Amino acid sequence: MFKPVANPTTKPTPALFGEQDLIRRSASSVTPPAKRQTEVAKLIDVSKCIGCKACQVACLEWNNLTEEVGVNVGVYDNPHDLTENTWTLMRYTEYENAESGNLEWLIRKDGCMHCEDPGCLKACPAPGAIVQYSNGIVDFVHDKCIGCGYCVKGCPFNIPRISKADSKAYKCTLCVDRLAVGQGPACQKACPTQAIVFGTKDEMKQWADHRIKDLKSRGFKNAGLYDPPGVGGTHVMYVLQHADKPQIYASLPNNPTISPIVEIWKGVTKYAGLAAIGAFAAIGFLHHAVAGANRVSEEDERNAERLTEGK
Amino acid sequence: MSRSEVDPGDGVHRGKPVIVDRYSAGARVNHWITAASLVLLALSGLALFTPALYFLTGLFGGGATTRMIHPWIGVVLFVSFMGLFFRFYRLNLWERNDNVWLSRLRDVLANDEGKLPEVGKYNAGQKMVFWSMSLLILVLITSGVVIWDQYFSNYFTIDQKRVAVLVHSVTAIVAICVWIVHVYAAIWVRGTIGAMTRGQVTGGWAWRHHRKWLRDLVTGKN
Repeated sequence: MFKPVANPTTKPTPALFGEQDLIRRSASSVTPPAKRQTEVAKLIDVSKCIGCKACQVACLEWNNLTEEVGVNVGVYDNPHDLTENTWTLMRYTEYENAESGNLEWLIRKDGCMHCEDPGCLKACPAPGAIVQYSNGIVDFVHDKCIGCGYCVKGCPFNIPRISKADSKAYKCTLCVDRLAVGQGPACQKACPTQAIVFGTKDEMKQWADHRIKDLKSRGFKNAGLYDPPGVGGTHVMYVLQHADKPQIYASLPNNPTISPIVEIWKGVTKYAGLAAIGAFAAIGFLHHAVAGANRVSEEDERNAERLTEGK
Repeated sequence: MSRSEVDPGDGVHRGKPVIVDRYSAGARVNHWITAASLVLLALSGLALFTPALYFLTGLFGGGATTRMIHPWIGVVLFVSFMGLFFRFYRLNLWERNDNVWLSRLRDVLANDEGKLPEVGKYNAGQKMVFWSMSLLILVLITSGVVIWDQYFSNYFTIDQKRVAVLVHSVTAIVAICVWIVHVYAAIWVRGTIGAMTRGQVTGGWAWRHHRKWLRDLVTGKN
């Protein structure tokens, strides 16, 4: 068993991190802190998940969210997708393993992966609406969010949702408010099987190694850690029984990266676009300075008079 | 027999100087609604395009209002530009002499138009502005709807929205460049702006820049 996060003192304590620990801030720059905090991570061991949805309930409870009563269409996923109120969702896949002949019930807890290179933050046009703390948390700042939905286009995991009620973007915060006072995320606290554990990123990698060895000894020869390098690694990681096929886990992307279209849009287009506008304006000024105004002459007016008078 | 270069509402008044009616009141109002929307769209669009210009959202009452209002101004521009399109498209149809005008662009830029074939109501440069704006605005409204999440988020995939947002940005930049050409030409060629403010130009202006149009007006060809 992984040592659970200890209950903190009930006495008020100063926040463990804040504004001064930002390493990225959307549409603006920050002075990075001299020392980076220890990176944290949440490890979701799919092989240990029993699909009880305690994590989903804990998330709603802690964040004071209420999901609408939905419709049962014959699957366990409830609601059917992430929403502005459901920041984490159990996705159930029935997988027929051709090799072993077993039916495997793969249950993946979906939600924000807290990428080291966050596509949402890169796409966001509102200064400070998305921030990244040096411990790895990527968080949305709602009073700065303008509801444009650019984060949805930037995210390689299809996570942010725009609220119909207030037109702002919502997603998992990694329980930034709990972590700031030394607690673990609510979902982790609620998990009855330690399918969700929380600690430093190094601890989580070590614990994952131990779990992967165990899975391999049980015949899951492709068991492995999902910490995709295409987004610089993530601060929410999975232990997968079939790490060679992440897509079988309800379409977990095989090699997620920020879409090259988003990179072009937020990169070269921005600079080339402003340069083009500037160049056109400059050419105008230069042309006027060199060629001068094109003026109608007295002779033009006389020619027009002669033409109208039929001469 | 070439086409008449005269629009309904165009007219010529004898005198010193000769005064020529170029744009009706309807055309002018239509033009200025389009112009105002285009400027507001450029400002609000650039604010969301680059963090360096995000401060422009202040003109519209903040980021969220800018995001909300920009597409609606786009709808106004589109409807308004449709009006301009149907008013102006006939005399903007390309003719063989337009190629000659273009091939001698050097003379045009040097204020030396004398050697060029006589021009109708619009020269090749104006026609290019007209047709490129028509095309760009069509692309802008189409790609704009795809990324208008408030009403259309469920109709398109994220991949389609990614393509649309890039297309929308690039098209908007090109449109702003075309707009700069349009405004610059109106300033550079003196006597032009009156056409869109009072609706009139002088006979000399028409003789110098749009002689074929003036001839058709005088001979009453239509």
